[in-house]
Amino acid sequence: MTQLSSTDTDTSAETEPQPDERREAWASQLADALGDGYAEHHIIGGSDLWVRVTRDSWADAATAARDLLGCQFFDWLSAIDWLPSPFGRDMDAQEDNPEPKAADPMEQGHAGGETRFQMVMRLYSISEHMGITIKADLPDGDLSIDTLIGVYPGADWHEREAWEMFGIHFNNHPDLRNIYLPGEFEGNPLRKDFPLLARRVKPWPGIVDVELFPGEEDS
Amino acid sequence: MTAVGKAGSVVDPRGGQPTDQRQQLAYVATQAADARLNVEIETEGMTLNIGPQHPATHGTLRLVARLDGEQVVEAEPIMGYMHRGYEKLAEVRTYPQVTTLINRIDWLGSFANEVPFILAAEKLMEVEAPPRAQWIRTVLFELSRIANITLFLGDMAVQLGALTPVFMAFRDREFVLNQIEAATGGRFHPNFDRIGGLKDDLPKGWIDDTKQVMEKMRDFCDEFEELVLGNEIFQARSRGIGIVPPAVGLAYGLSGANIRASGVDWDLRRDGHEALAYDQVDWKVWTHPDGDSFARYWVRLQETREATHIVDQLLDGLPSGPIMAKVPRIIKVPAGEAYAATENPLGEMGYYIVSKGDLVPFRVKIRSASFSNISITPWLLKGVYVPDIITILASLYFILGDIDR
Repeated sequence: MTQLSSTDTDTSAETEPQPDERREAWASQLADALGDGYAEHHIIGGSDLWVRVTRDSWADAATAARDLLGCQFFDWLSAIDWLPSPFGRDMDAQEDNPEPKAADPMEQGHAGGETRFQMVMRLYSISEHMGITIKADLPDGDLSIDTLIGVYPGADWHEREAWEMFGIHFNNHPDLRNIYLPGEFEGNPLRKDFPLLARRVKPWPGIVDVELFPGEEDS
Repeated sequence: MTAVGKAGSVVDPRGGQPTDQRQQLAYVATQAADARLNVEIETEGMTLNIGPQHPATHGTLRLVARLDGEQVVEAEPIMGYMHRGYEKLAEVRTYPQVTTLINRIDWLGSFANEVPFILAAEKLMEVEAPPRAQWIRTVLFELSRIANITLFLGDMAVQLGALTPVFMAFRDREFVLNQIEAATGGRFHPNFDRIGGLKDDLPKGWIDDTKQVMEKMRDFCDEFEELVLGNEIFQARSRGIGIVPPAVGLAYGLSGANIRASGVDWDLRRDGHEALAYDQVDWKVWTHPDGDSFARYWVRLQETREATHIVDQLLDGLPSGPIMAKVPRIIKVPAGEAYAATENPLGEMGYYIVSKGDLVPFRVKIRSASFSNISITPWLLKGVYVPDIITILASLYFILGDIDR
């Protein structure tokens, strides 16, 4: 941090982890309810709670969150593809199947994980005014997980979106078909190995990095 | 979930939720239409396509309704005509470039789209905007809300056959847009919010002008309260139509005015923990117990008026100081994950950012309000009559860009 836009605000952040009893309580309640299905949790004090469960207890975790924690509000559901992009940061590789850049090893975020694909859902309690993010690993060979429609009917469309964007199959989903993309669309656009073709056609003009001032070092 | 509901009630085969009487009727209608035989009159089922280009749809939403006579057996919105793939595009843009994209999600309240994204990025960077920036953000946020909902107030009326209100709405929205333009330089896509603060301070004389505009908007609300809410035809067409029980609405992810109109006292402006100035002013969250289309209109109208009061108070107490925090010129967001959500004009809008410590986000999940709000329609439209489709869709209030992203 060398060149600053303004100088007179103190924004030094507290890096000390703060204890967060309410979120600890939620995590332990879920751990009790799920038993072996519970993998890990991560808390940022006063801010957020992440819980990772096994694939088999995905729907149980949602039920427990709704019934035990009072998360009646279904916020959203999606997935994360942790594969480092084979196209590089700028997505402007000009060939179809570039060799994956021997870049960073796959590194999962909060609450850990082992697999390339991870499910994420966000639930919220309107009485506690607190949200929870629940994750589950999906083994590479079998991208399928139970549907949440029985717990939260609102999961229907979110699951259809995850199905078309990541190719994740939801067991017992009554109507799993594309929601945004045309029916005959091939591929799963939000996977990291799906190329962004617009960049292939026309290089991105916004790629230029901010020019440094003379004497300024890269931050 | 049990497969058996209360004694005598029919279970929705999809959700497994115990159903109320209205749904029971809808279920009977489904059965009847499947047999292509109405129990009373012999009628054949019919499929009606509404949209994607139709005056009664907002943008390019297509609705496929299976009808039995005048009654909807099954209705399903079909989206994707405007899908722009912002989640993918955000992965190849630097953080400051992403705000240009997300301005275009809910294009009627653009500034409000930027705020949760910036807040999520600030969470990851552990930066907080200085107080003055937070206050101006909140002011512009509320102005976006007023500009957005004003149009809804006119639009729902025009969908129910009253032509005048929509012209009045467009006329008065212009005053608000002028103020947004004066402050940010953009009427629709301000692109004004920055990680760590704002692009610029307010121009000279802006505060007084805005207060005058707020005065006008209060008059506008008063006028609409009489003109639309007091109108017998409007009441007859919206009261009791499209009732959303609170528990069902929450399970479908309904947020914002839609769920407050079902009596749920929940507003992220008050209940969220984001760095905005709502806790500095005195205001009220409006709810309505009915949960019908009328209630949704009523709540939005009250919220618009409340927003003018919020803006007035914020402008009175605007703190002085810088509008940017200490932020490096080249923004690299530390690795981590953060979710920030705010109460946007359409409901809860949030961004889940996964960062790998790079110039670009690794993954951005956009939680847009309309997508969840509209996902209740297949449930809600079961068993209603054809003209009520329009009322219900209008009252749920969605922006196509907010559904398709």
